Amino acid sequence: MKQPPRSLPPKGVESVAWDGPARLTAIAQTEGEEAQFGVATAILWAATHDLRVAMRSRSELAVQILFYVIVVSLFPLAASPDRALLAALGPGVLWVAALLASLLSLPRLFAADFADGTLEQIASSPYPLQALVGGKIVAHWLCTGLPVVVLAPLLGLQYGLDSDVLAVVTLSLLVGTPLLSLLGAIGAALTLGARGGSSLLALLILPLCVPVLIFGAGAADAVRAGLSASPNFSLLAAGLLIALVGAPFATAAAIRVALD
Amino acid sequence: MRVERGRALLVTGRNGSGKTTLLRILAGLTLPEAGRVTWDGEAIRPGASTMRAQCVFVGHAPALKDELTVEENLRSLTALAGAHVSDDAIATALASVDLHEQRGLPARVLSQGQRRRVGLARLALLPRPVWLLDEPATALDAAGLAWLGKLVAQRLRDGGMVIAATHQSLEIPSDRVDTLAMT
Repeated sequence: MKQPPRSLPPKGVESVAWDGPARLTAIAQTEGEEAQFGVATAILWAATHDLRVAMRSRSELAVQILFYVIVVSLFPLAASPDRALLAALGPGVLWVAALLASLLSLPRLFAADFADGTLEQIASSPYPLQALVGGKIVAHWLCTGLPVVVLAPLLGLQYGLDSDVLAVVTLSLLVGTPLLSLLGAIGAALTLGARGGSSLLALLILPLCVPVLIFGAGAADAVRAGLSASPNFSLLAAGLLIALVGAPFATAAAIRVALD
Repeated sequence: MRVERGRALLVTGRNGSGKTTLLRILAGLTLPEAGRVTWDGEAIRPGASTMRAQCVFVGHAPALKDELTVEENLRSLTALAGAHVSDDAIATALASVDLHEQRGLPARVLSQGQRRRVGLARLALLPRPVWLLDEPATALDAAGLAWLGKLVAQRLRDGGMVIAATHQSLEIPSDRVDTLAMT
């Protein structure tokens, strides 16, 4: 473990050690207080906090990304190396693997905060809980959804997908993975504190994700069949907008129930 | 029950008598089954943000992230409570609770008592009208206990309210303390 460099103690530190409450409160009172507890500040706080924690445990991040890469790579090895079959299989496999990778990291989304007391502080903070939850979902997507989107074109090559199909799959993942994070957050909050929470979470979330999977993977199929993928994208985007508005509220409500 | 400015309420009672539940209701974490909470004479909705902006809640769990350094944890927790705290104030607060040496270390190396002290440093940096302390003396040594007593006494002199659930007596002036025994 690398230690950050130490600097000299600030001036006067020695003199306040163990008798500083009076001085400290005086300092604290001169520091500013947020007058408005804004939504943007809350989202930013939660997202940076979670990203900072994730960056300190990079091995966990790497495991999730590696899991996605391996699941996608297993299919060409197990199925027959028939080019037409693989091309038909590819978009669906990329989508199912994205769903599983998202599911792998979901149990930790709130459970760690729940266990160490951070969630209590989040719920009793003056900022709106929905916004703080929203920030956590943003961080979850940046850690698990974005790598999936970025890797998709590369991994799709194993299936001999044409460039236009690859582009559509990647784009559909870009719209669809935030939706998976948003839906998953509701499930993660609902299963907080439940025994066998992570398996329950899978049972709860996978059926909810079926429409996302159908329209997401369907976009590439439409292109392969020479049709327009825009209806699929419209439906995915509509789902994303609804989830963006609804999911943070539902998640916040579930967290309040779990803490109660 | 009623708490006035500049007074502390010590909630006592056997295990399971509802001390923590009372504090969690005031912090907006638990919904009361009966009764209501009023602030400045007005009834407030449980968990209303107006109330949350007045309170600081220190629970059983210290809310520290093992991955982050002590300094980052403290900065992050005060920011979550809505306070802009300068780096100097963070450093002074940590020095004040005798954690200056450990400020750059990840929180996972701290002992239970040291974790508690980070919570107290946070409290000192958040001079809100109401402090809700759930067993604040747990795992603290004599010096820490004395520090906590001074901090609470100072807050009471400044017109704050402190509601603490505790088994141990806090070292605060007895003329400012009321006691509520839960049964």
